[in-house]
Amino acid sequence: MRTFLPALLVFFSVISLTAQNQNDGVIGGNFQVDVQSYTPDSLIGAQNVPEKLRSNAFLNLNYTKGNFSAGIRYESYLKEILGFSPNWGGKEGNAGIGYRYARYTNDDIDVTIGNFYEQFGNGMILRTYEERGLGLDNALDGVRTKLTMIKGLQITGVFGKQRSFFTVGPGIVRGIDGELLLEDFLKNFGDNVSILPEGWRLRFGGGVLSKYEQDLDPTLNLPENVLAYNTRMTFQAGGFALDAEYAYKINDPKTTNVNTYNPGRALYVNGSYSAPGLGINISLKSLDNMDYRSSRRSQLTDLVLNYLPAVTKQYTYRLLTLYPYATQPNGEIGVQADLLYTFPKGSFLGGKYGTSININYARVHSIDSSRNLNDSNAIEGNLYNTKFLQFGDRVFFDDFNVEIQKKWSKDFKTNFGFMRQYYLKELIEVLPGTGAIKTDVITSEFIYSMTSTQTIRLEIQHMAAEHRKIDAAGNDLDAEKDANGKTISPKLDNNNGSWIYALAEYTIAPQWFISVFNEYNYGNEDPNRRLNYLSGNIIYVKDALRLTIGYGRVRGGILCVGGVCRPVPASNGFSLSVSSTF
Amino acid sequence: MKSLNSFLFVGFLTLTMCINSFAQDNSKQVIPAASIKNIKGEKVNSATITNDGKPILLNFWATWCKPCIQELSNLSSLYDDWKEATGVKIVAVSVDDVRNSAKVAPFVNGKRWEYEVYLDENGDLKRAMNVNNVPHAFLIDGSGKVVWQHNSYAPGDEEKLYEVIKQVAAGQEVTGH
Repeated sequence: MRTFLPALLVFFSVISLTAQNQNDGVIGGNFQVDVQSYTPDSLIGAQNVPEKLRSNAFLNLNYTKGNFSAGIRYESYLKEILGFSPNWGGKEGNAGIGYRYARYTNDDIDVTIGNFYEQFGNGMILRTYEERGLGLDNALDGVRTKLTMIKGLQITGVFGKQRSFFTVGPGIVRGIDGELLLEDFLKNFGDNVSILPEGWRLRFGGGVLSKYEQDLDPTLNLPENVLAYNTRMTFQAGGFALDAEYAYKINDPKTTNVNTYNPGRALYVNGSYSAPGLGINISLKSLDNMDYRSSRRSQLTDLVLNYLPAVTKQYTYRLLTLYPYATQPNGEIGVQADLLYTFPKGSFLGGKYGTSININYARVHSIDSSRNLNDSNAIEGNLYNTKFLQFGDRVFFDDFNVEIQKKWSKDFKTNFGFMRQYYLKELIEVLPGTGAIKTDVITSEFIYSMTSTQTIRLEIQHMAAEHRKIDAAGNDLDAEKDANGKTISPKLDNNNGSWIYALAEYTIAPQWFISVFNEYNYGNEDPNRRLNYLSGNIIYVKDALRLTIGYGRVRGGILCVGGVCRPVPASNGFSLSVSSTF
Repeated sequence: MKSLNSFLFVGFLTLTMCINSFAQDNSKQVIPAASIKNIKGEKVNSATITNDGKPILLNFWATWCKPCIQELSNLSSLYDDWKEATGVKIVAVSVDDVRNSAKVAPFVNGKRWEYEVYLDENGDLKRAMNVNNVPHAFLIDGSGKVVWQHNSYAPGDEEKLYEVIKQVAAGQEVTGH
């Protein structure tokens, strides 16, 4: 990658020359620089960082002219900010071009060479994507072609190797996906050809993906070509929509599924109904052995080919994100129901400015299987029995949430919420002996506009937590305590017990945000760990430029952005972030 | 990997320079061609979004983004007046991925929003328009060019935004930002 630095300089000089000419296409891009200082803080468990100061940065440049576009991204991890995989910075830090592509597109065809992000259907067999805030990037590097010359039919073909930090993984990925929009497709045979009633829409799709990787295993006979496919259908009529997708993967023994020879299966069904003021959404998702990667040896988030997000609500209030569910690709079945209703303005409950209520319920179980997810030895002869779509006995996660938003006057708004959650920590965080956690959280938010541009926002949240013991048979029991009231089982971590959180934010539109917040772990069983995590931020925004300066203690925990989570260690220090789009 | 990289990169430079030697008239960013979905989940080319020569406010948001929802809720109560006075069309592009994208249509309807809504499930348009974080708004003039943009939302931003929309609707240069 280092050989690219001179090339990058050439690129910039070419751009600076060409940018003076107004008639040469468009150059755009964005960048972000994050800097974090680290002060050792043994109380919160912040590790000693020898560099004391670390930084992540990237800059995207995109060039577009007519049907042609091309771009690069330069990335640096000097060294990576804590929480990102240590593979980014390696031992001495790393920088280079992590992404480059050239693309030609017209009405019939769209061809990309280089890096690209692609998703087949709901992503259950293929989704390459980036989440820069979490250090995730599994882009394919190769060729992608999309054909759209037949009305109502789109075909996508991909060939590539998958990005793994500053290199690519060993597997070769090949895939093809088609999507047929029935009513549009029939228009190829005449403008009036139609078989569905007015306003009904029907869509079909299917994709096949195959990964090739040499079998070098001395004992096991492993499939070198691992095939997966999906079929999907969407039906719409009026405010009603039904979406279903089934995916299948042939046997693929590897580290993350404990070398099982079982095939993988997944089903996702989503139904929704909406009318002005009302939105209802119900989904079901079942997974069995669906961890799919372009390398058998890769772990965690490295070289993952498919995307299996949690079928649970994605929270944003701080204490609601303390125990987020993480999908169990080796086996789970979950359901979620979500209801949103906005009372009409002028009605009794709607008031003059309107009231919204949102209720969400999600529950995830084990699938009925002979496999014990906590004990890899339970798989005998590398096979296990499973009843796909049958709820197993173990509850992984259960979550009920209600939120009410009300605007009382032109200047004053409130949000209140309640959440009751059950979180099987020992399974979700793969920490045997840590049991489960039951929590009740109350959230409140008050927004008051003092003038047309100055606003004060307050948040107060409380979490009551109860730690539960899970015995060898998987039964949920009260915690076991000694004579002094100290918990023997489950094993407690540093952040156990109840929390209170408060935030105050003052904004001056459109430029200034000043906020202070504190998390207080007042219910920690260890009196020495009843700590305050106080932080402050000042943000300045000018058009697309954003500058953030922060200082404080950050609680160790799980950070989630856009549906994906990563663990973030505790830290104490200054942070600086600059980003812009040009 | 390295030889492929070098090959691609040199190719990219050569292409860029070749293409630059041809003349063309656009110097400002327009809505680029990216594969997004309409609210029904059907694939649409983003370059086809238009508003008959009147301004478009293209707003990137997500169902999990609190400031985004606050912004779109506040704009919702002003939208009718703004539309009448300036002809502006608000296009809300959700960057929710498949975890939440099925909830977008019920969400928009449940909030009684009347925007033209698109789904950018895999971030194709977001990347093509160089968006870092949501909310991020672009104002596009009658000829399809980006004339103003703003990242993040604070209550009261709409005052400044409306000034800019009025300037663009009247065909004036955007000033004072």
